[in-house]
Amino acid sequence: MTLETEIETAKLTMVQAVTDGLRTMLAEKDEVLILGEDIGVNGGVFRATEGLMEEFGEERVIDTPLSEAGIVGVSIGMAVNGMIPVAEIQFLGFIYPAYEQIMTHATRIRMRTKGMFSVPMVIRAPYGAGIRAPEIHSDSVETLFTHMPGIKVVCPSNPYDAKGLLIASIEDPDPVLFLEPLRLYRASRDNVPVEKYRVEIGKGKIVKEGSDVSVITWGSMVPVCLKAAEELAAKGITCEVLDLRTLYPLDKESIAETVQKIGRTVIVHEAHATGGVSNDVMAIINDTSFLYLKAPIERVTGFDVPVPMFALEDHYLPTSERVKRAIVKAVTF
Amino acid sequence: MNNHFPIIQVIDEEGSLLTQDYNDLINKEFVRNLYEQMILVRTFDRKAISLQRQGRLGTYAPFEGQEAAQVGSASALAKNDWLFPTYRDHAASITFGHSLPHILLYWNGRVEGCIPPAGKRIFPPAVPIATHLPHATGAALAEKRRGTKNAAIVYFGDGATSEGDFHEGLNFASVFKAPVVFFNQNNQYAISLPIQKQMNSKTIAQKSVAYEIPGFRIDGNDIFAVYFYTKQALERARNGEGPTLIEAVTWRYGAHTTADDPKKYRDQEESVMKRKTIDPISRLERYMKKSGIWEESWCETVQKEASDTIENAVNEMEAFPPPDANDLFDHVFETATWTIKEQKDSYFQYLRGEHS
Repeated sequence: MTLETEIETAKLTMVQAVTDGLRTMLAEKDEVLILGEDIGVNGGVFRATEGLMEEFGEERVIDTPLSEAGIVGVSIGMAVNGMIPVAEIQFLGFIYPAYEQIMTHATRIRMRTKGMFSVPMVIRAPYGAGIRAPEIHSDSVETLFTHMPGIKVVCPSNPYDAKGLLIASIEDPDPVLFLEPLRLYRASRDNVPVEKYRVEIGKGKIVKEGSDVSVITWGSMVPVCLKAAEELAAKGITCEVLDLRTLYPLDKESIAETVQKIGRTVIVHEAHATGGVSNDVMAIINDTSFLYLKAPIERVTGFDVPVPMFALEDHYLPTSERVKRAIVKAVTF
Repeated sequence: MNNHFPIIQVIDEEGSLLTQDYNDLINKEFVRNLYEQMILVRTFDRKAISLQRQGRLGTYAPFEGQEAAQVGSASALAKNDWLFPTYRDHAASITFGHSLPHILLYWNGRVEGCIPPAGKRIFPPAVPIATHLPHATGAALAEKRRGTKNAAIVYFGDGATSEGDFHEGLNFASVFKAPVVFFNQNNQYAISLPIQKQMNSKTIAQKSVAYEIPGFRIDGNDIFAVYFYTKQALERARNGEGPTLIEAVTWRYGAHTTADDPKKYRDQEESVMKRKTIDPISRLERYMKKSGIWEESWCETVQKEASDTIENAVNEMEAFPPPDANDLFDHVFETATWTIKEQKDSYFQYLRGEHS
């Protein structure tokens, strides 16, 4: 009997897997509350919270005022006082009013009180471009948060990881920013276990094995890299693709392992180049694997420009063509 | 709006009782307790400034002049309530049971100063302005959700009302009927900016109208008005009637912190005049004299005991073990990430003189 036949699964999209993860935790712990703009009656602008208000009531699935700093600030107060809030920020590009709350309070209260007060909260935020959304709806600014000490940043790229990482995030004793690549919300369906399971925070996953180049990426860029890998396979280049899944703390071991195995590396992210998480990945490679390198590390990223209005977003976003070019450069160096 | 929100007093500046509504509650013990607490915190404040001048304390934010607002309001709290202070509200924290040596440690840059005594629900002081109003709302909502009768009080100044978080905190609390008291101390200056340049509104209390919650403008130097109006707001909160905004009009005599000079932005003669006319402690003293519960020898004992208590606190603060570099790394997360572990190990090797 195989494992698959033992575990009951459902075919879910990523957004359905998010809903399933929320439902699992709402059902398990009375302290779990979810709150945000349009998440209740409307079920969320992406339908990530559909049906949850009906199931758990408006005291636990809370439609809030349009108030990002308020949502995060109130969540901090609730978390300090025994609740486990899961706040939704409608788009990552709308999180800026709440930045102060996260930077000056959510991330520091444990340290300021040597653990007397802590903030076990999750902030969910859809991020990224590629769905022809209006301005500001397409930002990809994970670095603003990975730079902040005191908050973990996770970013699934598929339905299975979305549910497992969300549950792990809700159970984490510290604040977690949970980034959801909005353009992958309905891009694929996975067999997602119906029961509760966790994907460990801080662990990446090799989503494709290979021997000619390591492609390190996460979130919305994972399918882009897999497409590039598939196309290059026909030309005899086999790519190993590492999906980091957590952006703070990074999975140092997995990064070192693939780089030491191959020695040629391409890092791909949607966010702007300068200050991007790719730089931290390169620092890890520098610290762990300097003598294994056979070629300079290539990066494929968004440009150092504000995410443009959508008529230009295809030029902004890294494409599999750009990724392929970088891979060929690394492989032929 | 001044007409809609007249300043409420229970005793006037001469110390005369203006209403008979609280006769059952104002007795000798009650009055003496409030007086003793105001003497204690004023003595603390002056000592802290003196310690700062001597280099024994870091930059300090004094509150002298605001004793009635802080002592009166914090005295109205019940044991399991929450208190969310700013950096100028240590008189409230002390009144609610914070430890004097720990408050001093805070001003010496020690993390231990953020930690209240076990079981006291006092948050570390908010340094960013108005950011703690949503926290108080959230903590209060958690109490409501658990079905307790506990409430939260949050302190903030006049300048805080210009920040977005003030409005977000009030609006949230109003929408969800959070059991929270928004206690504004309008000392009329935000560092150097007078209230006329802070807002075109004539009062802060009127901002309650926008949120459809009760608002009161009280004489913040009248400790009876402060105590009874806070008590009433807390009762409303406990009864599920939601938040209240209280504007306590007061005055800080001194600087914003020991790092600035108020003479640069205001005529300090005004402070001298206010000390003669509206000082909260002198005012209660006048009341006590008028009502025959003043005793000179008792007053001397109170002052002496306050000074002794504070001397002991200073000694305790100065005898505190030195700062522990482990505290730099050990409480960022419940379990340190590998990055923090590596950085700590490397730094401790360096401290031990080892080469990594």
